[in-house]
Amino acid sequence: MKKLKLVMVGNGMAGVRTLEELRKIAPDMYDITVFGAEPHPNYNRILLSPVLAGEMTIQDIILNDLAWYSDNGINLHTGKKIVTIDRKARKVVAEDGTEAEYDRLLLSTGSNPFILPVPGKDLKGVISYRDIADTDAMIDAAAKYKHAVVIGAGLLGLEAANGLALRGMDVTVVHIGNWIMERQLDKVAGTMLQKALEAKGMKFMLPKQTAELVGDESGRVTHVKFKDGDIVPADLVVMAAGIRPNTELAEKAGLHCNRGIVVNDTLQTYDPRIYAVGECANHRGIAYGLVAPLFEQAKVCANHLAMYGIGRYQGSVTSTKLKVTGIDVFSAGDFGGGEGTEDIVFSDPGIGVYKRVVIRDDKIVGAVMYGDTADGSWYFQMLRDGQNVADIRDHLLFGKSHLGDAGHKGQNIAASMPDNAEVCGCNGVCKGTIVKSIKENGLFTLDEVRKHTKASSSCGSCTGLVEQILASTIGGAYTPADSNNKPVCACTDHSHGEVRKAIVDLKLKSIPEVMHAMEWKTPNGCASCRPALNYYLISSWPHEAEDDPQSRFINERAHANIQKDGTYSVVPRMWGGLTTPSELRAIADAAEKYKVPTVKVTGGQRIDLLGVKKEDLPKMWADFADAGMVSGHAYGKSIRTVKTCVGAEHCRFGTQRSMDLGVKLEKMLFGMWSPHKVKLAVSGCPRNCAEAGIKDVGVIGVDSGYELYVAGNGGIKTEVAEFFCKAKDDDEVMEYSGAFLQLYREEAFYLERTVHWVQRVGLEYVKGKVVEDAENRKALYERLLYALQDYKDPWLERASRGGEAGLRQAFETITIQ
Amino acid sequence: MSDWKKICALTDIPSLGSRVVRSEKHGDIAVFRTSDDEVFALHDKCPHKGGPLSQGIVHGKQVTCPLHSWKIQFETGEAVAPDVGCTKPFEVKVEEGAVFLSV
Ligand code: SRM
Ligand SMILES: Cc1cc2nc3c(=O)[nH]c(=O)nc-3n(C[C@H](O)[C@H](O)[C@H](O)COP(=O)(O)OP(=O)(O)OC[C@H]3O[C@@H](n4cnc5c(N)ncnc54)[C@H](O)[C@@H]3O)c2cc1C
Ligand code: SF4
Ligand code: FES
Repeated sequence: MKKLKLVMVGNGMAGVRTLEELRKIAPDMYDITVFGAEPHPNYNRILLSPVLAGEMTIQDIILNDLAWYSDNGINLHTGKKIVTIDRKARKVVAEDGTEAEYDRLLLSTGSNPFILPVPGKDLKGVISYRDIADTDAMIDAAAKYKHAVVIGAGLLGLEAANGLALRGMDVTVVHIGNWIMERQLDKVAGTMLQKALEAKGMKFMLPKQTAELVGDESGRVTHVKFKDGDIVPADLVVMAAGIRPNTELAEKAGLHCNRGIVVNDTLQTYDPRIYAVGECANHRGIAYGLVAPLFEQAKVCANHLAMYGIGRYQGSVTSTKLKVTGIDVFSAGDFGGGEGTEDIVFSDPGIGVYKRVVIRDDKIVGAVMYGDTADGSWYFQMLRDGQNVADIRDHLLFGKSHLGDAGHKGQNIAASMPDNAEVCGCNGVCKGTIVKSIKENGLFTLDEVRKHTKASSSCGSCTGLVEQILASTIGGAYTPADSNNKPVCACTDHSHGEVRKAIVDLKLKSIPEVMHAMEWKTPNGCASCRPALNYYLISSWPHEAEDDPQSRFINERAHANIQKDGTYSVVPRMWGGLTTPSELRAIADAAEKYKVPTVKVTGGQRIDLLGVKKEDLPKMWADFADAGMVSGHAYGKSIRTVKTCVGAEHCRFGTQRSMDLGVKLEKMLFGMWSPHKVKLAVSGCPRNCAEAGIKDVGVIGVDSGYELYVAGNGGIKTEVAEFFCKAKDDDEVMEYSGAFLQLYREEAFYLERTVHWVQRVGLEYVKGKVVEDAENRKALYERLLYALQDYKDPWLERASRGGEAGLRQAFETITIQ
Repeated sequence: MSDWKKICALTDIPSLGSRVVRSEKHGDIAVFRTSDDEVFALHDKCPHKGGPLSQGIVHGKQVTCPLHSWKIQFETGEAVAPDVGCTKPFEVKVEEGAVFLSV
């Protein structure tokens, strides 16, 4: 079949991103021709600021070099401005007469800087700040002249002023508003920012209205004159008073424009053959001026150009961050206040910290922060997710890092970290490496940073720090993924929630069925989606969907934890942390017989045998089976341990028989697979020696019965469990905790611990389903018991005596000479 | 000169799974089976920190290492970018339902 012709006008960030997305899903559909008015291939416009500040060079910020275009068969015309679109003949014409025909046309012409209509605006030395040519002109002027005036104190103006000041110019910023960045910051934060910039040597004049630019005989600007008669000297004037969507070409062609080329949710203009993305487009009344929304548009537009027809662009919430080294400002959403909104404010000018979170109907609608922006992406995430914050309102301003993530010395403010400070403790990655990689590889998302640097790719506790570094390096270009709708992985566009729902609604019972029904993009998924799908299937269809061992991580496939040297560890269950002399003897015998190098008491009240060879596992398990011992599932996204204290059985303070109840709970939950691991604890009194306050389900004995706590976590980030309900006896504890865990099993996303699930859906929701609705609770509890019935010990099934030969094969090696 | 050794039946390797072949001369070799019943073999040592690739999850013509999730390509033994590294591939073939390895 003959390929269709796609022509793109405007070789900038939004347009080229659309081509990249298109290349991923339909690499061969189009012959592509690109026209760009600038003489360069696509570069990272955002990083013009660090170039001006002398921190980077133009070479560093090229995103797609000429080889990229030729490798992808794209016919690139640089330095050619398109002046006409002939919609009848379906072709475009460039200034120099070059023509190109199209079947589809993509307009991505960006914006034009707004030039104040004042006398003198055409003098030499008066420029805007938009592209490489402007940046070069500024660098040039800074070398020759002294006085610079920047008109407009928005993001762009301040970054220009900072760069010029660093290049030794005497910089005055004039602004029409009452405080700087008034579209992004409130007055308090704006004033604090101004002080900090003044300390860096910039001068401010505001509110001031420019009346005229005055020049000398040579036609170069010398002064700026204001409405109130004041005058300042100026050898360079940078106009940064805003941008206007560049619609000239589209308007000439008769396309409907209204402060931007008007597009629908598929980024199509009023001419169905013509699409528009980026700053030139007006979507639902908004023309965006930051790259994050443009990238979302690019994705949807590419999907429609590829004729898949899935996906709509529904608008974006944006956040901004000023890219001035050493200064931390963050704002997101709507913080103008107004009816029905409430403000929560923390202000300490003494230490230079200001935070304001605006709430409407228990949801965050806006946030402004100065000085300590560590939690900016956390607020922004909740804002995007529309999360109910009623439960955490009292400590909202203390932030997510309030309790401290383990592993980076409590350090949580990225801006003040030196380049050699370690950010990711697991992979030993320091700040400088991350910043360098973001800039050099043109990274925009957390996932990309993880791939390239490995930072935050292991335990994830440094995610917040990495997000901050990303945000301060690329400014508002960074948007955290929408956690409710994030695709499962790169193999699909569907989110965890959508996949779960489809499995239930469409009665899908195997991984190939799911992949087929949901149009997976890869033949058999990957190591991220397959384990998730396998879990969703077995939890939605217990006893019906078949467990797929090849879609389980090795620990769950081999029923033992893999070690760094390829050996395994074996942890037999000790119900409730209790053991007997004969069990201990069996462990001691096994350790000797199989020459186990390390025997250790775990943090979960049982014993770990570390360093076992894979082929010895079935033999060792057979020995344990003889002693009546079963798998401890120390390797699984499953029930782990139920820790207990001695309780009323022995302890002089004990009010309830905690060991008894612990054993009963652990036996009830034996064999329970879950989205992530699940740990319980039962303490006999509020002294809480079993540490029930940091467990997925914690039970505390009190004189009148028990108190249940849920969604605690003692791992990467310590989270204290929240009070759930009271229970009068053992049976009630089993029912309530069983129902809670079943709801978690049915609704949480794979790899979400209870705490993260409860934070996402809200404790009130969970209580509504489990505590308040007795009928639903009983139904959940029954479904749990049904799913767990007839569960066989996986070790016994693979043991060399009595186990199944077929299952054992996975542990045997083939020997050749 | 290649020396073909019969190692097992194709059905002895689970689809999207692997078996380990132990040889004194070459160390452990991982033999993988894809969902299309193609068979590949790699030295069972990840180029990153030596993880046993045979224990990883197989997808397409790749395996994800169980230790730190590098992805290794069957055909070349090379890691998927941005990771860089290579492990040695071995020749394998299937004839009449039996798997042969060239060592
Ligand atoms: C053996 C043990 C350490 C010890 O010697 O005491 C251990 C060992 C491992 N832990 Fe743990 N954890 C052990 C108790 C804990 C505890 C304490 C507890 O259970 O009371 C915690 C904090 C409590 C909690 O989970 O809330 C704990 C929090 C973690 C985490 C962080 C989880 C989180 O959500 O923040 C991980 C990482 C993960 O699961 O993703 C982890 C992961 C691991 C892994 C599985 C790492 C891995 O993926 O290979 C370690 C396996 C070592 C091995 O090969 O055997 N381990 N781990 C403990 C086994 C307990 C048991 O008997 O089953
Ligand atoms: C100094 C600076 C700093 C910035 N910092 C940030 C930041 O921190 N965070 C953030 O999110 N955003 C930032 N931005 C904004 C961001 O760069 C833009 O939102 C983004 O580049 C817009 O992409 P686009 O493709 O719509 O337009 P552009 O990238 O401007 O691309 C449009 C291209 O089309 C070309 N063109 C126009 N008309 C024609 C024609 N008729 N024929 C051929 N070619 C044509 C233009 O020459 C231009 O190259 C910054 C911008 C600047 C200038
Ligand atoms: S046992 Fe747990 S804390 Fe210790 S190194 Fe392993 S994962 Fe980290
Ligand atoms: S050893 Fe394979 S990824 Fe690290």
